[in-house]
Amino acid sequence: MNTTILYAVITLSSIGILSAIILFFIAQKFKVIEDPRIDAVAEVLPGANCGGCGFAGCRNFAENIVKNESLENMFCPVGGNDVSKLIAPIIGQVAEEKEPMIAVIRCNGSFANAPAKTQYDGVKSCFFIHNLYPGDNSCPYSCLGAGDCVVSCKFDAIYIDEKTGLPVVDEEKCVACGACVKACPRKVIELRKKGKKSRRIFVSCVNKEKGAVSRKNCNVSCIGCGKCVKECKFEAITIENNLAYIDFEKCTLCRKCVAVCPQASILELNFPERKTKETSTEVVEEQK
Amino acid sequence: MANLLTISGSPHIQSDNTTKKIMWGVVTALVPTMLVSFWYFGLSAIILTLTSVAACVLFEYLVTKYLLKQASTITDGSAVITGILLALNVPSNLPVWMLIIGALVAIGVAKMTYGGLGKNPFNPALVGRVFMLISFPVNMTSWPLPMVNRTVLADAITGPTSLGIIKEGIAKGDTVDKLMSHVPNYLDMLIGNMGGSLGEVSAIAIIIGGLFMLFRKIITWHIPFTFILTVFLFTGILYYADPTKYIDPVFHLLAGGLMLGAIFMATDMVTSPMSKSGMLVFGFGCGILTVLIRVWGAYPEGVSFAILIMNALVPLINKGFKSKKFGEVIKNG
Amino acid sequence: MKTFKLGGVHPKGNKLSSDKAIKAIGLPKTATISLIQSLGAPPEPVVAKGDKVKVGQLIAKGNAFISSNIHASVSGTVSKIEDTLEASGYRKKCIVIDVEGDEWLETIDKKPNIKLEIQLKKEEIIAKIKEAGIVGLGGATFPTQVKLMIPEGKKAECLIINGVECEPYLTSDHRIMLERGEELIVGVRILMKAIGVDKAFIGIENNKADAIKYLSKLAKNNLGITVVPLKVKYPQGGEKQLIKAITNREVPSGKLPIEVGCVVQNVGTAIAVYEAVQKNKPLFERVVTVTGKSVKNPCNLLARIGTPISMLIEEAGGIPEDTQKVINGGPMMGKSINSIDIYVVKGMSGLLMMPEKESKRVTPSNCIRCAQCTFICPMGLNPYLISQMTETQNEAMAEKERVMDCMECGSCSYTCPAARPLLDNIRVAKNKVGQIIRTRAK
Repeated sequence: MNTTILYAVITLSSIGILSAIILFFIAQKFKVIEDPRIDAVAEVLPGANCGGCGFAGCRNFAENIVKNESLENMFCPVGGNDVSKLIAPIIGQVAEEKEPMIAVIRCNGSFANAPAKTQYDGVKSCFFIHNLYPGDNSCPYSCLGAGDCVVSCKFDAIYIDEKTGLPVVDEEKCVACGACVKACPRKVIELRKKGKKSRRIFVSCVNKEKGAVSRKNCNVSCIGCGKCVKECKFEAITIENNLAYIDFEKCTLCRKCVAVCPQASILELNFPERKTKETSTEVVEEQK
Repeated sequence: MANLLTISGSPHIQSDNTTKKIMWGVVTALVPTMLVSFWYFGLSAIILTLTSVAACVLFEYLVTKYLLKQASTITDGSAVITGILLALNVPSNLPVWMLIIGALVAIGVAKMTYGGLGKNPFNPALVGRVFMLISFPVNMTSWPLPMVNRTVLADAITGPTSLGIIKEGIAKGDTVDKLMSHVPNYLDMLIGNMGGSLGEVSAIAIIIGGLFMLFRKIITWHIPFTFILTVFLFTGILYYADPTKYIDPVFHLLAGGLMLGAIFMATDMVTSPMSKSGMLVFGFGCGILTVLIRVWGAYPEGVSFAILIMNALVPLINKGFKSKKFGEVIKNG
Repeated sequence: MKTFKLGGVHPKGNKLSSDKAIKAIGLPKTATISLIQSLGAPPEPVVAKGDKVKVGQLIAKGNAFISSNIHASVSGTVSKIEDTLEASGYRKKCIVIDVEGDEWLETIDKKPNIKLEIQLKKEEIIAKIKEAGIVGLGGATFPTQVKLMIPEGKKAECLIINGVECEPYLTSDHRIMLERGEELIVGVRILMKAIGVDKAFIGIENNKADAIKYLSKLAKNNLGITVVPLKVKYPQGGEKQLIKAITNREVPSGKLPIEVGCVVQNVGTAIAVYEAVQKNKPLFERVVTVTGKSVKNPCNLLARIGTPISMLIEEAGGIPEDTQKVINGGPMMGKSINSIDIYVVKGMSGLLMMPEKESKRVTPSNCIRCAQCTFICPMGLNPYLISQMTETQNEAMAEKERVMDCMECGSCSYTCPAARPLLDNIRVAKNKVGQIIRTRAK
């Protein structure tokens, strides 16, 4: 009996030692010599591997930063300025401040604003619906509401509102990585400047059809009438293909365009209530 | 037009084949086997089958409702199949509480933890059975003789299965010829007049069920055929090599759970390969393992273990044996 | 009897209108002719608002290699050229013509006699077909002349005429074969001459026994034309499946039928070719099956391109009360349309109105790994696997599983007992893999 145990112990230990020796030599042979700064940079990064920086994961981003030894065009949207400040000393550079961004849904075609003309029955994928037909509200530019953006978001920052059928961005959680922008087959989502106190003004429509056509499908579509362009003193608004666009670099958040829009397609977010609230309600009533 | 038009991708029609139909089809195919077991083992068989089915359905209901919080899936019939198969795999004098524990393991552990029907890698009924076999080896291997104790619930007259007789006998050094006089003749084995689990006694009833499933296109011939053929050929070779040590192949076909395993367990869609070539490999593997365990293993019966081992290999088989694609082999003529 | 080997399903035929003779429908008040009538680049309009046009006059010219001409289907005045909702469900550029009378171009031979003699040479035939704007009328609408131009280094050995019509409900090809058999045979001979072969097979499924009998009789007098009866199986009308069924040759993955020396044309296309070459008549009308289980009077209608489909539905007894889905094409591969305010296009083989209880999809349940989808896939793919790849967004794997071979016949979704939306998912994978391949090519 004793010898059996002895044999077992000897065999197992010798296999163990042998394997350790083999592993040691193989590890020596295949050793990869890496710049230690890559590890240092990777350590600082959030490690979400969201791809928001434009590279394949955080490690790849770190490798590229160290290789170029520069922070130019290298920005981690998730970590933001804090992370840049941490990375900069590692590669001996100074980080420049960047304005925080946020994802914005540029479609307001809710169930109420753009009533359904058909009903979809099939797999829940915006990509599929987009290739199949214009969508239940017949607007070929509108949000499809099947939630490809929700699936793409790694930060749980976007969800579909059951009442409107439109996605809603959670301002606290959104890190502006841009995954939803890429996932949206209709290019409805845009990354915009987050703005002071998270205040934003934007045209909530991407419809390029003529006003007469788009208005049939949606009560709040931009018809490219140009009233906002005239109203804007800062030349922040341009119209192209029947669609107004507000340049967030030039916009001063004066809100004058919001008041003049006949379609109520310019949205303001997180502003305090207006003193005279008539204008906006009037517009809505006119529409009805 | 009453409503808004519906939009969906093609195709716009659906065959009338449904999961429910398939599952209840299997239940129907199991009816002859159940009836035979009721006939031979009487009241205890009926009680065991009903308990097992009820326990399986109940456990599935409880898990879907309170743990997974999903819509209940009990109507699809898969829990009923597991319940019946589990009951068919135990001796008729098994205490009911053991069977309920077996059902809990089958449904709770082997099926629902993976996400329910279609996601389990192992056949739930077999996992339940093997769990009981390991936990309660005495109760699981004392086989009441058929007919004699149809109305008795406890203290049944028990005896070993034919496979057990042979295995023990050979281990003691007896020759096959001598042992053959202790086992039932082939006709009895075919119709089921022998000791064994509820469902494995009658080859005929199982084959009828199998033919029904073939006819309804629930199973294909690939797995049962290769499984049985492999066992037949392998044991045939052994018998040819030394008839005094190895029993003849026909005995192997009829004894034990081979028929039940090959026709009802190995063909379980969820846990078998997805391509026809893969199915052949799967059946072959099951056959080889069964014979290895039966002839040289510690247990007299190896079908359940063989199928479970092959279940574990299914993902590999799926990877290695894919269906032939159109336009892959260029053949002009 | 011949058929293809790999996979296939047997959906119920439901050929409700197979004994209804083709009926020409009246002229619409206005014809709205979409510029999206074929695959490839859309043609450029050559008429302007206010122009007078005659039936058969060229109104849009296809300039690209894969592109085809469009002709006026009615006579009258072009009232506008603008974006209008059309068969694709999107607003696309359409030419709207207000109908005045029915004045045909003088060059078109309107006489009913059948012209048997083929005078034109090979190149002239192809030029004529290109001029006449003929596209594959089976539904794919690939420009016919492109298919007839045999690429260098390849040799056509036989012509295959597709009279299979494996889609349930549809009967337009069946009626064409029965009613216009003689013209069809001439059309086949023209096509044979165009690609320079002396063998042609007309494949017909044996649920159309009358058509097989009739065409076999006609083919007897024509050397080289054989009618091949085929076992009923969907999707036998698929090009690759039909070639496999008739010649037992397998078109290699990712290649065209010419790789195995075959050219496949639909029977409707053959008739259009006959009319274009012998009668000088461009393609401006087609046979559309209007059908459905609750449709009062399922029928086969000869309609001008650009006719509003509401006119066709009216002819069939109006839209049934319980209609929940209207499909352009058959139930297996057709497209459900989002409005009935659309117009007949060259690729519209049928209009199917589905009652409410049949148009809702069954709620999908878990895949039970029954492997039915892999057994019935006519391309031998693993639909369950590709569907899984879509759900896990693993496009690279889907490409390896040869998702691009899928022809979207719908057999997998049709057969799945768990009612999983397999084809929906496969389409997503196909589109995404297509994008990847295109960017890689750049």
